[in-house]
Amino acid sequence: MGDDRITPVDLPEPRYEYGGDDHVFVELAEAMSFTANFKAMAITQQVAEREIDGVVENCPANASYMLRIDPDVAHPDTIIEELREIEAALDVENYEWETRVIDVPVLFEDPWTHETLMEFRDRHQDPDGTDLEYSAELNGFDSVEAFIDAFVAAPHMVTMVGFVPGLPWCFQMVPRERQLEVPKYVEPRTDTPSRAIGFGGAFSVIYPVQGAGGYQLYGRTPIEVLDVDQRLPDFEDSIVYPNPGDILNYRRIDREEYDEIREEVEAGSYEYTDEPVTFSTEEFFDAPDEYNQRLVEVIA
Amino acid sequence: MIRITDGGIASTVQDLGRFGNYHIGMPPSGAMDEYAHTVANYLVGNDEDAATIEMTYQGVTATFDEDAVVAITGADMSPTHNGDPIDTWTTVAVEAGDELELSFATEGARAYLAVAGGIDVPEVMGSRSTYTLVGIGGQDGRTLEDGDELAIGERTEDRRDLVGETVGDEYVPEYATEDTVRVILGLTDYRLTEESKADLCEAEWTVSPEADRVGYRLDGPDIEFEERDQPFGAGTDPSNVVDLGYPVGSIQVPQKPIVLMQDAVTGGGYATVGTVISVDRGRLAQRQTHKSVYFEPVEIDDALTARQERHDRLSEIRKEVELED
Repeated sequence: MGDDRITPVDLPEPRYEYGGDDHVFVELAEAMSFTANFKAMAITQQVAEREIDGVVENCPANASYMLRIDPDVAHPDTIIEELREIEAALDVENYEWETRVIDVPVLFEDPWTHETLMEFRDRHQDPDGTDLEYSAELNGFDSVEAFIDAFVAAPHMVTMVGFVPGLPWCFQMVPRERQLEVPKYVEPRTDTPSRAIGFGGAFSVIYPVQGAGGYQLYGRTPIEVLDVDQRLPDFEDSIVYPNPGDILNYRRIDREEYDEIREEVEAGSYEYTDEPVTFSTEEFFDAPDEYNQRLVEVIA
Repeated sequence: MIRITDGGIASTVQDLGRFGNYHIGMPPSGAMDEYAHTVANYLVGNDEDAATIEMTYQGVTATFDEDAVVAITGADMSPTHNGDPIDTWTTVAVEAGDELELSFATEGARAYLAVAGGIDVPEVMGSRSTYTLVGIGGQDGRTLEDGDELAIGERTEDRRDLVGETVGDEYVPEYATEDTVRVILGLTDYRLTEESKADLCEAEWTVSPEADRVGYRLDGPDIEFEERDQPFGAGTDPSNVVDLGYPVGSIQVPQKPIVLMQDAVTGGGYATVGTVISVDRGRLAQRQTHKSVYFEPVEIDDALTARQERHDRLSEIRKEVELED
């Protein structure tokens, strides 16, 4: 399966920026990498653990992180000083956190996203094909099948949640050479079905609700990432299911299984397949393919 | 109970916001103009976090089926009480059966109606604020409509003693002329050319019709970006960065600048170039469509001083209202 190691990246010095008087934004790198994301994850986890006075919101992002602070409680510089301390003590290549491996069933080339993507062909780079045909060709695959195979061959890590409630940005857990990459639509669509699986830049997303969007559309999952009424048992503690650091395993399903799962979701009885794991950056960097296999096995 | 007979253009129940969920994509919501919201609450004897009705451009018409003590602050929407004009920024008594009617905003964009006891909708995730995108908080997670009935919270004491209280002119903002908002530049403003950075702070910007609780899109000179090879994962457009968190109040530049407000999208892939300081976000929220806006760059200590002055001002108002009991 190609390269069997992920080489950690040398990151620049973090840039600490004031977001007005009540936010601190920290850019760890301009480019996406696992090193940058794991660092964002590790620092925000440490921030949570230390229960730093004056921290109101604590948000890891793809290659940066952001805190909302209450400057009446702590001066932003006091908080930045503590962030520098955390950063200095961190060994991101040898770090662990408790997370989950999650089964995400996907009906690729489903009728709903297909209808949408055909409707907005005039906003796409390739008006004559589908988003999957375009993405397969751009990434050097012979067929849509082969592209989907690569998309589901390794799990995707949730590197950030946001834009709207419940939307996970996910980065596939493979070496850089095997990362898939596609541009967003030339002009964003005004419509996207809820639960659509999209891909843009180097990130896969799940659209929580129907709405505008600019990512290439590949399929649809029958499961929810947002349940405002908290009807499903897995939403008991939060209206949002995915969390930063979660590991999503996209699994190809057929229409029959899609309908079965959807029926259970609508009945409020569906229970998500997820298992807790300890994620080790060291083991992942050393042998990603082998490590991914072990991770995914826990939900087999 | 307050019975809404006309919901106005975009009226919602708001308090000071919902915190602790930005990392799962949930913005704070809450009053767009915290100052006006807070003063309205003080005038009726509430704490600042009681829920009020925020009205945009056109206010509500409402009848009360119980006696209540109310105050209206913020944009001037020419309110009447049983048909007679009443003062804004002033505590007013209404009786069961009375009607309050607000019209179109003449100055400012958002008015706040506070009632002693607060608007008593259920708390969702620790706040009564309405967030319409996913439909939570406030009245069924949406803007107010004809026929809505809003309960008034329990009053710990009779606040009729406050009727007639008003705040001094020095505490009432002049929305028509307050066109400057202070910003701390930074975030990823390295994406802008020097010329565009200068434009940001010197040009006249105008509020576009796309200005709501999510964000204020501003019209003005074209933004130019520094040329670069786009970093891995950032996307192909020069305005794109690797997706990052957006501070509330931050200015993002997909092309025309958008200032993110209380119902902000929490993150995304557009370069951000600075953040409106907390006390000036309400000032922007009061700028009407097509009105001008100027950004004035300030340092962190100026922003903190402005914040302290705001606190002091509000304490003075509260003291003034309570002392004259």
